[in-house]
Amino acid sequence: MGRVTAAAAALSPARRGGLTRERILGVVYLALAAVIVFVFTGVEAGDSSAFGLNLGRGGLQLPDVVVPSAPTAYLLALIAASLGAMQLIRGFGTRWAVVLGVVVVAFVLAFLTWASAGGSINFAGLLQSTLQRSVPITFGALSGILCERAGVVNVAIEGMLLTGAFVSAVVASATDNSWLGVIGAVLAGGLLAALLAVLAIRYLVDQIIAGIVLNILAVGLTSFLATRVLTPNPDLNSPERFGEVQIPVLTEIPLLGPIVLENNVFIYMMFAAIAILSFMLFRTRWGLRVRSVGEHPKAADTVGIDVYWVRYRNVILGGMMAGLGGAYFTLGSTGSFEQEMTAGRGFIGLAAMIFGGWAPVGSFLAALVFGFADALQSRLSILNIPVASQFLQMAPYIVTIVVVAGLVGRVRAPAADGRPYRKG
Amino acid sequence: MKLELRGISKAFPGVVANDGIDLVVQPGEIHALLGENGAGKSTLMNVLYGLYQPDAGEILVDDVQVTFGDPGDAIAAGIGMVHQHFMLIPVFTVTENVMLGSESVKGPIGVLDIQDARGRIVELSERHRLRVDPDAMIEDLPVGVRQRVEIIKTLYRKSSVLVLDEPTAVLTPQEIEDLFEVMRSLKAGGTSIIFITHKLNEVLAVADRITVLRRGKVVGTTTPGESDEADLARMMVGRPVQLDVTKAPSKPGEPVLEVVGLTVQDDRGQAAVRNLDVTVHAGEILAVAGVQGNGQTELVEAVTGLRPLSSGEIKIAGQPIKADPRRIFEAGVGHVPEDRLEEGLVPGFTIADNMVLNTYYLKPYANGVSLQRDAIMATARRLREEYDVRTPSVDNEASTLSGGNQQKVIVAREFSRPLKLLVAAQPTRGLDVGSIEYIHRRIVEKRDEGAAVLLVSTELEEVLSLGDRIAVMFQGTIVDILEPAEATPERLGLLMGGSHPEEMVADEVTAAAAESRRA
Amino acid sequence: MTGTPTAPVPHADAMGVGDPAPTPPAGGQSAIEAWVRGVPRALVVPALALLTALAIGAIIIIVSDRDFVTQMGSNPAAALGAGLAKVRDAYIGLIGGSIGSPRAISETLLQATPLILTGLAVAVGFRAGLFNIGAEGQLYAGAASSIFVGFALVGVPAFIHLPLAVLAGIAGGAFWGFIPGFLKARTGAHEVIVTIMLNYVAYRFIDWLLNQPFFQREGRTDQISRFVEPSAELPRLIEGFRTHWGIFLALAAAAFVSWLLFRSTKGFEFRAVGLNPSAARYAGMSIGGTLILAMMVSGGLAGLAGASEMLGSNKTLTPGFSPGWGFDAIALALLGGARPLGVVFAALLFGALRAGATPMQVSTGIPIDLVVVIQALVIMFIAAPALVRGLYRIRVERRIGSEVFTKGWGA
Repeated sequence: MGRVTAAAAALSPARRGGLTRERILGVVYLALAAVIVFVFTGVEAGDSSAFGLNLGRGGLQLPDVVVPSAPTAYLLALIAASLGAMQLIRGFGTRWAVVLGVVVVAFVLAFLTWASAGGSINFAGLLQSTLQRSVPITFGALSGILCERAGVVNVAIEGMLLTGAFVSAVVASATDNSWLGVIGAVLAGGLLAALLAVLAIRYLVDQIIAGIVLNILAVGLTSFLATRVLTPNPDLNSPERFGEVQIPVLTEIPLLGPIVLENNVFIYMMFAAIAILSFMLFRTRWGLRVRSVGEHPKAADTVGIDVYWVRYRNVILGGMMAGLGGAYFTLGSTGSFEQEMTAGRGFIGLAAMIFGGWAPVGSFLAALVFGFADALQSRLSILNIPVASQFLQMAPYIVTIVVVAGLVGRVRAPAADGRPYRKG
Repeated sequence: MKLELRGISKAFPGVVANDGIDLVVQPGEIHALLGENGAGKSTLMNVLYGLYQPDAGEILVDDVQVTFGDPGDAIAAGIGMVHQHFMLIPVFTVTENVMLGSESVKGPIGVLDIQDARGRIVELSERHRLRVDPDAMIEDLPVGVRQRVEIIKTLYRKSSVLVLDEPTAVLTPQEIEDLFEVMRSLKAGGTSIIFITHKLNEVLAVADRITVLRRGKVVGTTTPGESDEADLARMMVGRPVQLDVTKAPSKPGEPVLEVVGLTVQDDRGQAAVRNLDVTVHAGEILAVAGVQGNGQTELVEAVTGLRPLSSGEIKIAGQPIKADPRRIFEAGVGHVPEDRLEEGLVPGFTIADNMVLNTYYLKPYANGVSLQRDAIMATARRLREEYDVRTPSVDNEASTLSGGNQQKVIVAREFSRPLKLLVAAQPTRGLDVGSIEYIHRRIVEKRDEGAAVLLVSTELEEVLSLGDRIAVMFQGTIVDILEPAEATPERLGLLMGGSHPEEMVADEVTAAAAESRRA
Repeated sequence: MTGTPTAPVPHADAMGVGDPAPTPPAGGQSAIEAWVRGVPRALVVPALALLTALAIGAIIIIVSDRDFVTQMGSNPAAALGAGLAKVRDAYIGLIGGSIGSPRAISETLLQATPLILTGLAVAVGFRAGLFNIGAEGQLYAGAASSIFVGFALVGVPAFIHLPLAVLAGIAGGAFWGFIPGFLKARTGAHEVIVTIMLNYVAYRFIDWLLNQPFFQREGRTDQISRFVEPSAELPRLIEGFRTHWGIFLALAAAAFVSWLLFRSTKGFEFRAVGLNPSAARYAGMSIGGTLILAMMVSGGLAGLAGASEMLGSNKTLTPGFSPGWGFDAIALALLGGARPLGVVFAALLFGALRAGATPMQVSTGIPIDLVVVIQALVIMFIAAPALVRGLYRIRVERRIGSEVFTKGWGA
């Protein structure tokens, strides 16, 4: 990600003049600071906000962090404003993303301070919910990375998640074995991906069209079968969810310990997937070849790499990853399949992938951002905020739009992404 | 090794690209494969390299028949290829590019061993005097260095036959000399080289034997001792070729294009054109020579409104221009773009629609928002006749035309209006000789009608034969403007490579003086 | 890199000056192709796609029946017989419900109306190189704005009120289409993600609207809007049947789109930008402006679909009133080859399937989602004509300009 931004940053905002991205960012920071000052300080004098840091179970109990509401908001506004001013004057060069992160965090903390003024908010719960909600998004992003690093655009991730959810519920219920449900989901995702691969690679169907078609197919099939098969047979839709697995000792780490390490198996699988994919992609021969196919398939072909095989294989692996993510919805979260339960997470995963620069770790961080928006809106409906819940529900989607719109040109996709390869 | 191609034939829908070709390359020889654009040279080499399967014929290595199902087989047999369009991945480093496909790995999962590969690259680079930085990223490297990386790629895989496909298109004359030195040194070490080109002088300079292809067939095999440029040209084209366009001397009038202090950035934010001044008058052709990548593309884009100016001014017929292609077009500027398929045509549109691609909104082709199909068709048919575009119907899609005819559509469109300024960028790239002659004639006609012509070309012959004045661009500026009489290929070559002949003389004098002082 | 373009017809330059454009090769014919000679070529692939999809649908019907599964073990022949009987009943119900009676035809036209409009919306987008996956959200936006004008103005004569409400619907959809168009033009944001996200935003917004006092029907606490004033209703065509004037709006829109794409300067620009944006820029066209206009036209058409539903059929707004017309639209645009006439026919086909689905479910108990599956299969085969050709060994031309639009996520 640094190469493109280095070139762009070589010309600071002052020299380029006019409405540049840097200037817009600076103004946005100042605007956020203004919102904090004029809205989030509107609390009773003397109010304080309590941030709960415990998950309500045994083990080390941390005291709540209690801050005076208004002064905290002012402080955070000051941080945002000064960063905004610096952005306008000098810009931050290659560190712009870090600064953006800081401002966003400050704004969110100010918002939470306001929301919990005179009361408390379970911050730890919020963080854990964030992590959990980022799981399907991350798996979606990883699936996208596997496909797009090899040059194939996969918008059918949504359908693969949904299919994975369905198959895992049914198989796990039928066999009374949740692990078999997971395996079933993985295979189902792989199968759908194989279809995408055949359509896009062999039959040269436009990749986005093929993906949309598969999504429609997945939604239609799962809804159809849910009505026809699951409703009359509810015993096929009551799988056993995975319980929590605690990692001993490490869960004693304050705050992070319980949040990260007292989760079900999917979280751990997610971490493993991130680590493995990251390593394989950037440090092994397998990864070098995959990336070459995604950047310049003709060059890869001329050194003897089988472009078609690499693309087929990666798309199917991507489908399996998405299938696994789909199983989380049923076996890791709600427990039974509902029609269209994925609610756009596959597309948010694509946005996370773009946001994260087509890299596993970056995508995971991006997924956390979206997960946080998601977690926030579900908690805030409990608190008394003068904002209707439907608008909060829009938050993850609007964040996605803002991210996608703001990041084009900053991050670089694999150069041959989306273009079918015709030999000769 | 001895390499033989026997009776190779390869056809594509509608075209026979190779027809019964025989070629023998002895060990340790530089064998030139000569032919004009479209003669079938690249197809033949792609067959050799396993990218295509021949319809008929055999490949023999050391008199043993082999089959190359894919490039892996060819590489394994010792054949290395440097393609005309480099097969390098811009965001990878030199090391990653070189080792791709033949990676050094450690351990069972194939962890990359970059150090090992790096070491071997450094060793090869020193042995053959091909200087490269193994950790540099390809996108940061200039074209000449990228070519060295491609050659190292083949050496890394221990090739004994090296195929160079039009390697000199992107080099200055001095760099071409360096390349020839490398070729000779490789030949001395036992490597055979197949050198594909359409440039007659290069072939005579470096080849041991020459095979000439025309329309997919071998026309003859000869040596530099037995033939000269005229012979080769005749073999390549099949008839005596008029290597120069005859034109009357120009009668320059008022300045039409005035460029002052122009600075333009390329896509990466670097200055591609630096503080450039140039003027083109009515009734003259200013030919801009230079190796690709020295800012010519960005200059053309700035003049035609496709790229904004960072600083400086461009005036057309006395009016300063902004980056608005439509306004500029309406001011009487015609643009034959460098990339006819990317920019000049919409391949999916009909030929008729392409003929009005930039005039569709004007009367008589449109009445307000409504298109007048009859007027469009009438014009399209007329232009087809006038400009000799070979097609059964103007309602066919433009993608069905051959390259030469596609260019004629663009020329028809641009030339059929009264023009104050014609900007032509690489107007005959990839075309056969017949089309080249035709377009050159038309350009001179336009000049004689009073238009100012800015011609940008990397082909020295084109520049020399068409230019009334010849400018040379190097690293974003015009280093000199010459009259045709002073524009010898040597002088142009030096300028294109960045050295000023006067400076060179001065350097030599200083060096000689230093020598005598030491003595 | 010298950047020499690779000609699409390889090495045709070798033919030089003397030869005409290369003709497509004549080849062998399969038996099916010979038989099908008389039928217009453009119909062959879609027809075969439909048949194949119906065949696969039949398999799904048979296999998803619990009785079939249990009986397969003991008495395969009977099981198969029963399964086939079910298929027969299902498809008879489908056909009867769609064209079997005047009432059925009326239903078909009714279902086809929003499909025509949303199909046109997506087709216009395709022509400009845009993937408008947001037709559903634009549909809702148009529905909301048209119904608001429909119930907010009281005592206005119909000849003013109705057109105003219709225009409001178009405007609402056009606005919802403007957003992704603008973002794409200014920032290069890929419209697939933006339009999909805006769909979800639209659903939530409708949810909120239907909880607001000024929108919600008096006396109700569930999510339902006020009734449209009679002066803003789209009149019925024939008494007793549900078809309304919306069908004329749809057909008029199809004619308009046909004129727009092929006979107007704006349409010329849409198609140029869609096929080759660099050449369009070279020719002086404004890429950003064209994209925005195309998205607005697209959104407006989808909004009109919403208006037609509100003012003609439902007369009131509820969440989820659309069974996914915006997504079917993608299929329709593909099926119709992004041509207005093709879209109309495809929409009539899908309308027939939908109209017949409910009677099918009533008589045989097979869920209407089956129709969705069949539709998805049809799309898949249409999107991959090579697949159909491969299956049946035919060679058929397909023209939609360049088949491949996708170029990754960036600008």
